[in-house]
Amino acid sequence: MVKLLTGNELLRGDVLWWDGKGWSLSIADAVALEPAEGASILEREAAGERISDLALIDAEVVGGRFRPVKIRERIRGFGPTVRPDLAVAEQDWR
Amino acid sequence: MYQYDNIDQAVVDARVAEYRDQLERRLSGALDEDHFRPLRLKNGLYLQMHAYMLRVAIPYGTLSGQQMRMLGHVARRYDRGYGHFTTRQNIQYNWIRLHESADLLAELATVEMHAIQTSGNCIRNISSDQYAGAAVDEVEDPRPWAELLRQWSSFHPEFSYLPRKFKIAVIASDTDRAAMKLHDIGLQIVQRDGETGFRVYVGGGMGRTPIVAPVIREFLPAGDFLSYCEAILRVYNRYGRRDNIYKARIKILVHDLGAAEFARQVEEEHAHVKTLGLDAPEAEIARIRDFFAPPAFQTGLSDTLDRSDPDFALWPDFALWPDFALWVDRQVVAHKVPGYRIVNISLKPVGQIPGDASADQMDVLADLAERYSFDEIRVTHAQNLVLPHVRAADLKAVWEALNAAGLADANLDLATDIIACPGMDYCTLANARSIPVAQQLARLLAPRESELGELKIKVSGCINGCGHHHAGHIGILGVDRKGNENYQLLLGGSGAEDTSLAQILGPGFDEAGIVGAVERVTTAYLSLRADGERFLDTYRRLGAAPFKAAVYGAAVNGEAAHG
Repeated sequence: MVKLLTGNELLRGDVLWWDGKGWSLSIADAVALEPAEGASILEREAAGERISDLALIDAEVVGGRFRPVKIRERIRGFGPTVRPDLAVAEQDWR
Repeated sequence: MYQYDNIDQAVVDARVAEYRDQLERRLSGALDEDHFRPLRLKNGLYLQMHAYMLRVAIPYGTLSGQQMRMLGHVARRYDRGYGHFTTRQNIQYNWIRLHESADLLAELATVEMHAIQTSGNCIRNISSDQYAGAAVDEVEDPRPWAELLRQWSSFHPEFSYLPRKFKIAVIASDTDRAAMKLHDIGLQIVQRDGETGFRVYVGGGMGRTPIVAPVIREFLPAGDFLSYCEAILRVYNRYGRRDNIYKARIKILVHDLGAAEFARQVEEEHAHVKTLGLDAPEAEIARIRDFFAPPAFQTGLSDTLDRSDPDFALWPDFALWPDFALWVDRQVVAHKVPGYRIVNISLKPVGQIPGDASADQMDVLADLAERYSFDEIRVTHAQNLVLPHVRAADLKAVWEALNAAGLADANLDLATDIIACPGMDYCTLANARSIPVAQQLARLLAPRESELGELKIKVSGCINGCGHHHAGHIGILGVDRKGNENYQLLLGGSGAEDTSLAQILGPGFDEAGIVGAVERVTTAYLSLRADGERFLDTYRRLGAAPFKAAVYGAAVNGEAAHG
């Protein structure tokens, strides 16, 4: 189990993932964080007020890719399951 | 239709300007999110799973062609080409960009629309009968009263921070097409000895604690309309639970006090409020009524759909147009004026997302309203649309246009006409996805929908019940079970005049399991029903036992029930 840092971008509300240097639209770019490190980045980014709903979430590594543990986070990461044309990632959300 | 006066327009324009300033301060960093969030929510803008969602109010579900065209424009310009009609007769957009939201609201204001009071603990959009002004069975058009409530409740300073959100419905028929008894206040226009008044229901609702509203006043004279509503809200505002969000709705207060004691307190408050001169003068009511005067219906039209009638010489041979014939049978209902019909438009194509319409479809609907329905469209709480005033002789032309736009499905109140909330595909509150379940059920049941007859299936993705699962003949509630989606099956609900609350049948299911369970329920119904019985009738006659046996007796591997 690893921790990923995620949030929603202020202007568009896009789901973002911390990639080690900044924010990415793709969960494929996310980096695993130690809890203390993640909490520190979260606090810093929250203070910047450009990312909303910041959260450190649990994820597994499956087939070399991060897979959020909670279904909600998987759907956040990959887009609405009922509109694949609007999805942001091709990964199977399941 | 009601049209804004200078005051209405000034209020909405001022709100847009105020919001634009708030937004600019947020974008500049002068406002932080904690302070901005309640401000954007007061303008209907939520941050959901993937993006911002804007909920636009459609007062009592009534739209003009121009307004529908604007909704299409918003979908195209500010969203991703579609919108989602909701169970509160509103529309939601799922992909709004925050920095464009003030421009969007400004455009809406140009056609007398806004998103005010579509969020928060205030009086929400007033809902009504989608057949208002056209229904054969109505006492009168309920919309002037709904409009009066809209004006009274908009920015009402005393009721902007209620214990919880507050929903009001107004209808004027014994047939309830608005789930009136499942509202915080349900108002039914009735007549007594030639006088028009209201039967007042208070304390209904779905959600976590579903309750059918009791009557607290059998006949409220029309002259006391606003002051009595004010009294109800005052009692609620004073005594509603603010300490517990789950007990904060008025239904809990009414239930805890008892309807009689609640009514007594309202009457006592009303005796005071009545002296304040809050009730609208007759001239104001007449002014509002004028906006809802019947359109210029043609007179002398034949009311038959018989093709041999000379008035219908242009009608096609039904035998050559079976899809049209089926659509007429299922989607078209009687109108109060001879020669006219009410046309129901399905937003439930089998396998598609319930309630969604594309920008192009909205343009088609706007055109049809302007050309064939005296410039009126209605939104239903079942996530469908209505053209309320169509000449019978124009039905074929309307059908052809709808068919070309993918809007001619014929499934009103049938098994594929499923209500579904956005669920966990979009909504941050949801615990499970609703739409995929509805899609699978529609595909499964479509071949049998004629045989099954009236069957209202309603799917919610969480206990808040936006999908009205408690009012479903078959209701489905998505819950979280140890991190997995789980679906409870409920039977026996109704949001119609025979209102009842669906009851949980037994342990829940996973996604595949709930679809199989509903299939077994419907199969059992077909074997159990008596002549002429709807599913709901059979359930009420026999109770849950035979359906429970059908569902749980047949549990198989891979869809085992979970408690």
